[in-house]
Amino acid sequence: MGNDQKYHSSIPWLFKMAWRDSRKNRSRLFLFVSSIVVGIAALVAIYSFGYDLRKNIDDQAASLIGADLSISTNKPVDKTMQALLDSLGDRRSKEQSFASMAFFPRTKGTRLVNIRALQGGFPYYGAIETTPVQAATSFRNQRAALVDNSLMLQFNVNVGDSVKVGDITFLIAGVLNKAPGQSSITSTVAPVVYIPLQYLPQTGLSKTGSRIEYTYYYKYDRKIDIAKLVTAIQPRLEKDDLSYDTVEKHKQSTSRFFADLTRFLSLVGFIALLLGCVGVASAINVYVREKIGSIAIMRCLGVTGRKAFFIYLIQIVSIGFIGSVIGAFLGSFVQQILPVVFKEFLPMEIHTSLSWLAIGQGVVLGVVISFLFALLPLLSIRKISPLFTLRLSYENVNLARDPLRWLIYALILLFIMSFTYLQLHSKMGSVFFTIGVMVAFMILTLVAWLLMKVVRVIIRNSWSYLVRQGFANLYRPNNQTIILVVSIGLSTAFICTLFFVQDILGRQVSISSDANQGNMILFDIQNNQQEGMIALTKKQGLPILQEVPIVIVRIDEINGKTAASLGSDTAFRRERRGFNMELRTTYRDSLTSSEKIVAGTWTGKAIPGQDVPVSLEEDYARHIGVKIGDHIEFNVQGTEIAAVVSSLRKVEWNRIQTNFRLLFPSGVLEDAPQFHVILTHVPSAKVSVQYQRAVVQAYPNVSIIDIALVVSILQDLLSKIAYVIHFMSAFSILTGLIVLIASVRISKYQRIQESVLLRTIGATRRQVLTIIALEYFFLGALSALTGILIGIAGSWLLAKYSFQLPFSINLLPAVLVFFIISILTIAIGLFNSNGILNRPPLEVLRRDV
Amino acid sequence: MDTILNIKNLSKTYQSAGKTLTVLHDISFSVGQGSTNSIVGPSGSGKTTLLGLCAGLDRSTTGSVELNNINLDKLGEDKLAQVRNKYVGFIFQNFQLLPTLTALENVMVPLELRGERNVRLRAIDLMDKVGLADRWHHYPAQLSGGEQQRVAVARAFSNRPNILFADEPTGNLDDETSSKVVKLIFDLNKEAGTTLVLVTHNLELAARTQRIIRIKGGTVVSDTPIP
Repeated sequence: MGNDQKYHSSIPWLFKMAWRDSRKNRSRLFLFVSSIVVGIAALVAIYSFGYDLRKNIDDQAASLIGADLSISTNKPVDKTMQALLDSLGDRRSKEQSFASMAFFPRTKGTRLVNIRALQGGFPYYGAIETTPVQAATSFRNQRAALVDNSLMLQFNVNVGDSVKVGDITFLIAGVLNKAPGQSSITSTVAPVVYIPLQYLPQTGLSKTGSRIEYTYYYKYDRKIDIAKLVTAIQPRLEKDDLSYDTVEKHKQSTSRFFADLTRFLSLVGFIALLLGCVGVASAINVYVREKIGSIAIMRCLGVTGRKAFFIYLIQIVSIGFIGSVIGAFLGSFVQQILPVVFKEFLPMEIHTSLSWLAIGQGVVLGVVISFLFALLPLLSIRKISPLFTLRLSYENVNLARDPLRWLIYALILLFIMSFTYLQLHSKMGSVFFTIGVMVAFMILTLVAWLLMKVVRVIIRNSWSYLVRQGFANLYRPNNQTIILVVSIGLSTAFICTLFFVQDILGRQVSISSDANQGNMILFDIQNNQQEGMIALTKKQGLPILQEVPIVIVRIDEINGKTAASLGSDTAFRRERRGFNMELRTTYRDSLTSSEKIVAGTWTGKAIPGQDVPVSLEEDYARHIGVKIGDHIEFNVQGTEIAAVVSSLRKVEWNRIQTNFRLLFPSGVLEDAPQFHVILTHVPSAKVSVQYQRAVVQAYPNVSIIDIALVVSILQDLLSKIAYVIHFMSAFSILTGLIVLIASVRISKYQRIQESVLLRTIGATRRQVLTIIALEYFFLGALSALTGILIGIAGSWLLAKYSFQLPFSINLLPAVLVFFIISILTIAIGLFNSNGILNRPPLEVLRRDV
Repeated sequence: MDTILNIKNLSKTYQSAGKTLTVLHDISFSVGQGSTNSIVGPSGSGKTTLLGLCAGLDRSTTGSVELNNINLDKLGEDKLAQVRNKYVGFIFQNFQLLPTLTALENVMVPLELRGERNVRLRAIDLMDKVGLADRWHHYPAQLSGGEQQRVAVARAFSNRPNILFADEPTGNLDDETSSKVVKLIFDLNKEAGTTLVLVTHNLELAARTQRIIRIKGGTVVSDTPIP
């Protein structure tokens, strides 16, 4: 028994045996790992794209912000602050931006746009891209405007036409193609019109009540430490509620946004990979069963169980490595397409470059995952007895009783959870994702198991042989029922969840034709315009569904504490939030149908001499750390009002009407400076255009939100997001198809002998095909049905807990998916078997299958 | 003559459908080094089970098996594999060649497992001895039944075993091929001085060995030396 050293030190021999044993099986082995190729490709593409984004953001961050430093506020600054702002930068620009109506006199079109009144040489990095090019400079010195390309197209206007903003008309000097930090999506949602700042007062739009954002841009020609500068002025800026942005800060926030996006997308890619893993595990399981004879012979010749295990592990991991490399390079090709897919969302042009890091990550992930998922079926190799050389009985090979399998299950779960955590950076998120995947797996496995049990019981001898055989194939030894139900079911569940969620979100942005529901909101109506506005609306034959006064207030004190008294102590971060913004509020004596008191008591009328009982929206109250009974001192345009929080409300924000975080009772704000909002319903697009035109001509300062336009923008946005998600989910669908093809091909090897024997004893081609078609129909239909049900359950959970939306689904896509999957399964099953059936039985019997 | 295989009070039972099935009952015998022995008996008598136990392919329920003075009952699976590789050769009724290895590689495997060098030359030599020098690069599926069994014989002798177990070595072959394979086994056995334990139905084949052990119903009914 000496010579142990030599006996155990034969690692090269293990590789040699793995190579030899894989002969004649390599194409099949590759079919097994092809399931993970697509998943790896998806992940490498996303990772590479993420690195491209990061690099491009780093390279182009300055041109995204357009300056070294920008400072913004939503209220005019006082003299002291102005002095500070004027002391910054070697070159500086000013911008005031707000929403207002733009009117195109030649075509009589009007739309709410984002007006940017600019003064100075901004941008200092990058460029405002216009057609003609010189318009970006020339518009600043004359009464001229740059109009967003989408607006020009929408209203059929050209350079040289005019646009009316407020009270004055501007010459359109050029088409605005791109501005710093602007993407296609942002220009679709809020198309920009640039005007020179010096003409803003003449427009009459910079009055009290307008929501104007004041931005100051700075460029330093000398070398200066911006971070140090910002640290020095930050307390002053914060005190006056000014925010700032630097190239570095913008780089971080933009990178963070896109990192979140790529993380989410890599999860979608990971689902494709997981589906592939199911395919790998199942294929290896069948492979090991087929190899029992060879393994037993090796064991007889003296190969230990562990060595036999390693021979096959080497095969699988090697082929997993090759599959991963192919997947990684395929992913690098897909990476080149991603900038086109994401074009609408990107604020810059993306230059792609091959990312060896992403390729490395993909290859390592592929090897790890093929190793982990192959371990489970490979474990059984250790238990294959050499006795099988004398008496080969497959039923005696118990592949599922090894206690080590629990360790492998745990490793797989740990891997899924860790990977998800790395993508989501959320413990709860990764736990829920893992549980979700587990539950889906378990449900599908249970359904498959039940199917096998039920079929066994319900088969009747009175049925025709073909039907009996088709059914029996579902539970007979070496069936593929569980793997096919799990892989087809998971793919179907994933596709259906996407469809259902998209449909649920889509319904939320569909417009109601109910005449009692508003579809047009008019705001910034001044006190002296209110009556005229109502009269104009009624004259057009339109209803006044709501007429709401708006008062702008600020919080000065909460329970006797001011922003100054809280200082910059991080312990009071929540409390400080309340002081940082202007609040738009209204006053009334009753609640609307979209409001419900959830704590305290609603008081509709203030009692003179007592603190005013105000109502806060529950989330807002939580946000600023205020509860029932707390005292708040409001500043209403210079007048102090003492109030007490008497109630908290739940508000349905998704209703098309005015809703408020802060609500005053009547009897307090009636005489405060205010403006008004009117909600009406326009019956058609034609009336909408006429009405908007009339309003803009009579009251140029009044802004109009056309809900139909908002809905179409949201639908457009949703369809663009859906396009990206569909693109990514295509990887899962493709993987599902490959797993389906691989599983069917594997089962083909199991069925060859029997089909040939059937043909030998006289079964016609048609009869054999009928048996196969029935088997795959049952598998496809049941898997698709289970997948659809899981998809419904998943989208219900998402609708209820994630989006908090009412659940309803359109079953038509589900029915289509059901038929497509069922037919596809049968087609692949029949196609795979066709090769065998077209040959004479003897030819097949002689082959070493 | 030294004893190479010593079987004492060997029993083997299986649990089947809740019942205990005794396949071998209290079997004892020993085999001398260099001897040729056959185990004969009707189907289901326990011949193959006995062979499996003797060769360390299975474990007995009670009793002990000593092979080359090593008590197999006390060895773990890995040690048993080493014992097989070092001391035992096998020939099976259905050849049991590894289908993905060429004929030559099948012969080389036991030697490679031992970490021996220049195994290729010895394997080619053996292939020559079994008359397949020109077929060594063929895969099992490309060989006839007789040729496959000759490769199996070459493989069985490749690791210079102390004892060779053959389970119905001619069971799947026609008469003419059987004669050739049997001659080959006995010639190589004689040349190598290997102990032979043969399980067979074929009494004519059994008669070529020095001793016939008859078993029936799981027990030895006769143990006859052939003059």
